[in-house]
Amino acid sequence: MSDVLSHYLQEHERRYPEGTGDRLGELRQSALQEFRNLGFPTRRQENWKYTDVRKLCKHEFRINDDVVDLPAGRIESLPIARPDCHELVFVNGRYSPAHSRADKLAAGIIVTDLAAALNQQPELVSDHIARYSDTASSGFTALNTAFLQQGSVISLAAGAVLDKPVHLIHINTQQQQPYSGQLRNLILLGDNSEGTVIESYFGLDDAVYFTNSVCEIRLDPGSRLQHYRIQQESSNSFHLGHTTVRLQKDSRYESSVVSLGAELSRTDLNCRLEQSGAVCVLNGLYMVNGQQHTDHHIRVDHTVEATTSTQNYRGILDEQGRAVFNGKVVVHKGADKTDARQSNANLLLSDKAEVDTKPELEIYADDVKCSHGATVGQLDKNMLFYLRSRGIDEHTARSLLTFAFAGEIIRNIHMASIRERLEQLVLGRLPDAETIREFTHE
Amino acid sequence: MATENSNIEELVRKEYQHGFVTEIDADTVPPGLNEDVIRLISAKKDEPEWLLEWRLKAYRHWLTMTHPTWAHVQHPPIDYQAISYFSAPKSKKDGPKSLDEVDPKLLETYEKLGIPLHEQKMLAGVAVDAVFDSVSVATTFKEKLAAAGVIFCSFSEAVQNHPELVRQYLGTVVPGADNFFAALNSAVFTDGSFCYIPKNTRCPMELSTYFRINASNTGQFERTLIIADEGSHVSYLEGCTAPQRDENQLHAAVVELVALDNAQIKYSTVQNWYPGDENGVGGIYNFVTKRGDCRGVNSKISWTQVETGSAITWKYPSCLLRGDNSIGEFYSVAVTNGYQQADTGTKMIHLGKNTSSTIISKGISAGHAQNAYRGLVKISRKAENARNYTQCDSLLMGKQCGAHTFPYIESMNPTAQVEHEATTSKIGDDQLFYLRQRGISEEDAVNMIVNGFCKDVFRELPMEFAVEAQKLLGVTLEGAVG
Repeated sequence: MSDVLSHYLQEHERRYPEGTGDRLGELRQSALQEFRNLGFPTRRQENWKYTDVRKLCKHEFRINDDVVDLPAGRIESLPIARPDCHELVFVNGRYSPAHSRADKLAAGIIVTDLAAALNQQPELVSDHIARYSDTASSGFTALNTAFLQQGSVISLAAGAVLDKPVHLIHINTQQQQPYSGQLRNLILLGDNSEGTVIESYFGLDDAVYFTNSVCEIRLDPGSRLQHYRIQQESSNSFHLGHTTVRLQKDSRYESSVVSLGAELSRTDLNCRLEQSGAVCVLNGLYMVNGQQHTDHHIRVDHTVEATTSTQNYRGILDEQGRAVFNGKVVVHKGADKTDARQSNANLLLSDKAEVDTKPELEIYADDVKCSHGATVGQLDKNMLFYLRSRGIDEHTARSLLTFAFAGEIIRNIHMASIRERLEQLVLGRLPDAETIREFTHE
Repeated sequence: MATENSNIEELVRKEYQHGFVTEIDADTVPPGLNEDVIRLISAKKDEPEWLLEWRLKAYRHWLTMTHPTWAHVQHPPIDYQAISYFSAPKSKKDGPKSLDEVDPKLLETYEKLGIPLHEQKMLAGVAVDAVFDSVSVATTFKEKLAAAGVIFCSFSEAVQNHPELVRQYLGTVVPGADNFFAALNSAVFTDGSFCYIPKNTRCPMELSTYFRINASNTGQFERTLIIADEGSHVSYLEGCTAPQRDENQLHAAVVELVALDNAQIKYSTVQNWYPGDENGVGGIYNFVTKRGDCRGVNSKISWTQVETGSAITWKYPSCLLRGDNSIGEFYSVAVTNGYQQADTGTKMIHLGKNTSSTIISKGISAGHAQNAYRGLVKISRKAENARNYTQCDSLLMGKQCGAHTFPYIESMNPTAQVEHEATTSKIGDDQLFYLRQRGISEEDAVNMIVNGFCKDVFRELPMEFAVEAQKLLGVTLEGAVG
């Protein structure tokens, strides 16, 4: 066994010396076994063909249990979009009650951290946890389940409507020893319920850490979820995010994924449309520069008749940044009247950047409407010419067009405060931010 | 169920009968693969030492490789020790004596394709008497080519007569250790075609394996090498529209194309090998490695394929765009019906500046068939201003079939522009209705729609081929609708 595997096994031993016990203990134990078998993925696996995690395996990340409190006002000073929300704050992968605030919730709504839920609503957790995400799907998911303790539970009873969004804020600080947060979120929406969940990940300074987050979502008939995932991890960090969504009849899932940070990030999003009328709308934007590597894997399964999915992902790559996109649509036998659209566009700004994209279709039904498109290229020469002919210098014209390219995704974000914050973040990454601000805000 | 069983039993019996009547030919080596067999093949063909070494090197590498599993196809494992790797060209007396002995279903297909009687005999492997043979046609053909300086012969002849050319180019596009099937082919290939077009020559006619003597007996491990020297042009046709009699289940051919400065190669394939019966029993496994190397500046290689046969097709005609301004093209129609499986596509590797490539792939899936497009477009760091356009469309007919797309795009140059588009659809009821209400039968209507769907590819085929391909499509998809 490799050193890195035995490190995590030791970590597990250290934390859970009692071995198996209750159902949760058994779950952790079997997941650990799974992790021992799977190990970390290698590039020989098709799903990891373009992403090499050996760098992550070089570190021995300590699974963090320590509660770290941030100085007052520290969170407020960070460039994180913070609309009026119920907030659960996690510092270094551990829930921080001091920073969190969940205002009074209507009946039938549970918003709590996972550790508390394990005590107070054990059956709710055990009925659903590890049911939707396949622990065996990758070593990272198995590792996450093996250390299942931190995270959050959001549960809406039938007909419940969240009065304001739930914001899961993850802040990571610099520590002596590299550490890891293993986070597990469970989001359950009952019939016709409705809510918005925001996940923010933020790293301070040059903190070295590894976030491994798994999110399981179940949408009952007629429910609607808006899900934002904004990743601004530190430039020395590793971010693994795995989201699984199960959609029942006429439910709707809208997701916006924005990946800006981390040295290496990998985001998986699996949606399973299990009953007719289910709709998922998946948008994403990734920006890399320096030596960053980002990887987005999406899989949408249309298992029954009359379901709809759209995917629209865009990437901007600068310097030596590298991006991987893999979008897969599977239309199962009998899933007629499926409408699936997929699009991935990439903008390469530097001659050292690289993009690897693979939009896949696997179709086993004949009465379907499926299309996909992928493009890789630079800014349109005609557009540049148009702007230049109006007296805008080339530099500014390039930045403007790049901003507009990202705008296609940002525009679709419903929540104004998040949209504006993201605009600022994208702008901040472009040269001539001030000039563009002048152009775009009259 | 009972009849189904008896059918299968019958088939099993049939194969047995077949096995028992096979005479042990002095020129057939027993099944199995080892270095001695390779030495024997090489000795039988009177090959020079370097070629034997080349074969052995490939074989030794093959031993270290495992059967690839990534393709979207399923088949029982292949026992490579159960195959006989050398048999002298089958003499014509093995074949049926007259058309009366040929499977009537095959004849029916010939009829539909409008193939003349003497060609039917040739294709069905009927012993054709000397006068009827196409030798005379072939002779005039050869004279014309010789006048132009074009070398077109079997691979064995080329090894004997032009060893320097073979040695210079063999394995330079598809190395002996390239992939599992290419390595196997390199070790045991028995024959194939060789073609060399001298500098600044336009080949006076379309070259076709159909006219090459002994073409139908080149066996299962065929090797083709085509070299277009500077400024030359050639159009090469492989295969034919009619289903061919063939007893080898595994086909692992290798095709290598080399285009030097300003040269152009157009390679067209129509593949219609036995796809297996209605229950998916039998049929050819067609595992082919085809690759063209645009080695010179301004060179161009164009692949056009119409794939309708074989139980399993595993084939990716590719272009290495090495020379500046070189062009690669891939036009494909892949039709699968019954229990056929196809995993086919192309690779366009952009290495030179201003290189461009076009991929048009049309997949049609009917019955219980699975049809996959798998492609790679790679833009290397130095491929300034490279351009690719890819379009893959799938047409589904029936509830049990599948159509899949696996396009890989890897881009490392910001000046490159890569576009990929794909759609999947079925034949629209409104389209069918429109044609039906104009008095066109359902079958004809489907044919018309399918042919329209494939038009972009058929346009690239040489004229006669295009006409035949359209008919072929109709025959292949017979009974797919309704």
